Amino acid sequence: MSARSTLPGATGLTSLALALLLGLGAGTPAGAQPAPAPAGVDVARLDYGLKPRQIGPGAWVIEGAVADFSRANGCNIINTGWIETPQGLLLINTGPSRRYGQQQRAAIEGLSQRPVLQVLNLNLHPDYFLGNQAWQDRPIGALGGSIAGMRAEGKAYEDNLFRLCGDWMQGTEHRPASAVVEPGFWPAGPRRIELLRLEGHTADDLVLIDHDQGVVFAGGLVFADRVPTTPHANLPRWLASLDALEARLRALDLKALVPSHGPVRADLSGLAQTRDWLQWLDQRLLESAQRGLDLGEVLRLPVPERFAAWAAQPAEYIRSVTQLYPRYEVQALDSVTAGTPR
Amino acid sequence: MPPLPAPQERPDPADPAPSAVMPARRQWLQRSGRGLAATGLAALAPGLLRAEPDHTGGDPLGSMQWPQIRRKFTGQEALQFNPEILVQGPPFAEDAMNVPLQVDARALLRQGHEIDRIVLVADRNPVQQIASFMPQQARPVLALRFRLEQGSAVRALVRTRAGAWQVGQTWINAAGGGCTVPGATRTDGSWARTLNQVQARLFSNLGAGDGTRLRVRIMHPMDTGLVAGVPAFHLEELELRDAADRLWWRLELHEPVAENPLLTFEFDQRPPGRLWLQGRDNNGNLIRHEVQA
Repeated sequence: MSARSTLPGATGLTSLALALLLGLGAGTPAGAQPAPAPAGVDVARLDYGLKPRQIGPGAWVIEGAVADFSRANGCNIINTGWIETPQGLLLINTGPSRRYGQQQRAAIEGLSQRPVLQVLNLNLHPDYFLGNQAWQDRPIGALGGSIAGMRAEGKAYEDNLFRLCGDWMQGTEHRPASAVVEPGFWPAGPRRIELLRLEGHTADDLVLIDHDQGVVFAGGLVFADRVPTTPHANLPRWLASLDALEARLRALDLKALVPSHGPVRADLSGLAQTRDWLQWLDQRLLESAQRGLDLGEVLRLPVPERFAAWAAQPAEYIRSVTQLYPRYEVQALDSVTAGTPR
Repeated sequence: MPPLPAPQERPDPADPAPSAVMPARRQWLQRSGRGLAATGLAALAPGLLRAEPDHTGGDPLGSMQWPQIRRKFTGQEALQFNPEILVQGPPFAEDAMNVPLQVDARALLRQGHEIDRIVLVADRNPVQQIASFMPQQARPVLALRFRLEQGSAVRALVRTRAGAWQVGQTWINAAGGGCTVPGATRTDGSWARTLNQVQARLFSNLGAGDGTRLRVRIMHPMDTGLVAGVPAFHLEELELRDAADRLWWRLELHEPVAENPLLTFEFDQRPPGRLWLQGRDNNGNLIRHEVQA
């Protein structure tokens, strides 16, 4: 259990509760319509239709659906991608399933003569690493806390995604990253590629910054046009990380910011959206706890108009409140001047 | 008597779906058998309908467990469904071990009833009874969290002082397993260090006319007895008394109430003076805690 205890928010959760918390679409909520399959996805053939897109010199992204997990999108809602170096490719994230990893590999090998030198999983969440099975002959790195989390919770992730996406997950078994990545500049090659360790979305959030090309893979810290997920979140730390990241990126000639989920943009709008949501959510939970509202009442409160069009709404609001509000309630019971739980 | 809930739609009565998810078919049955259902003779209704017998006793949610629930918890006493009783849960139990449930039976007071007790049950839980609440001088309003083993009708069976039952309900879906999985403090062994510790606070800032709330959290593993090798160990009784030993409310808790229960009560005005929470679990451990102003 020591591995699990390194994850704030997950401490002491049973695997079942965790699977539910990570439910990320625990079935289709009453009233929600099943989503249509995104363009290019072939549900019958279990083909994700991955289409790598160049976002800068030697920088590519494979964009997932801007949506919640569903069978229609094969649970592919993650952005993966790669950066070319003279020695080979740095691959970022491997998607939600063995099948995704295989199709990702085929797509990359069809486009690049150079081999994948290193695979990186930016955090412990399932769609960052469940495709690792297709890359077992390559070094796979992640931050230490991420690897511990993948080991502790990988089985629960598998079960949950099987429940949500069925056949897409055939044969998927979790393969945690094998080597701990140290933050800092990538040692090989002339290209100045930095691995930055931040936190708050999870206990260990890896960000890749290509200083020469102005390309950033922001991992779980940034969501664009989509409600952020919070199963392992620490809101104050996440907000502090967004400030730190923004300061770094303002010093950069930004060409492409790749969020974990949502469209790639050449500006900081995704970062600003994520901050807006987290600040609003924190305030909503604080005020509700101070008024003595019960969890069910907070779940039924309306979400402001500016967030209404984002993907995974209201499902992600319900999940986040279910995950986070109990801590605010307990803190409010202890003190009349409670702040954000840490 | 208040009317039964009006049918929302008229689905295909030949639909063979066993009504596990949607109540629609039962609403059709109920439309035909409304008067009988209200007087407790719903079991006779099938003969008036079609060949298919109604195994749900006229339940608006179409639950096959309803006739048995009714027998078990309300006996032969008169009963009617009352849509004015608000029973609210999430449409889907995001965390099946902590499903928020809120009941508000104030409409019964407006309709002229006096309330004896509110019995909360989940039809499809292995232990069906969640809690039994005697509001006394509190509002007939209660919020708690409970474990849900699978998607189920969840009901508030409200017994009036006249000895009849008014029933409100909702349906909550769940992925399952809430009752048969050990809780966090049982899993990590920390429950013994915090057993029966109480936090309680009064909230008076809900809004004008919204009364005063008391929120109470008691550290207790609330073991259901359904996890192998872990016997049932749960809070059984809790009540609030003032300095004159007057009873403000009384609550009986059963196995499905979630670990470390967090309970919300409401009053028209703050009960005066010093207040004590007292109670016990099924192993005889006592609780006595003064609510701080």
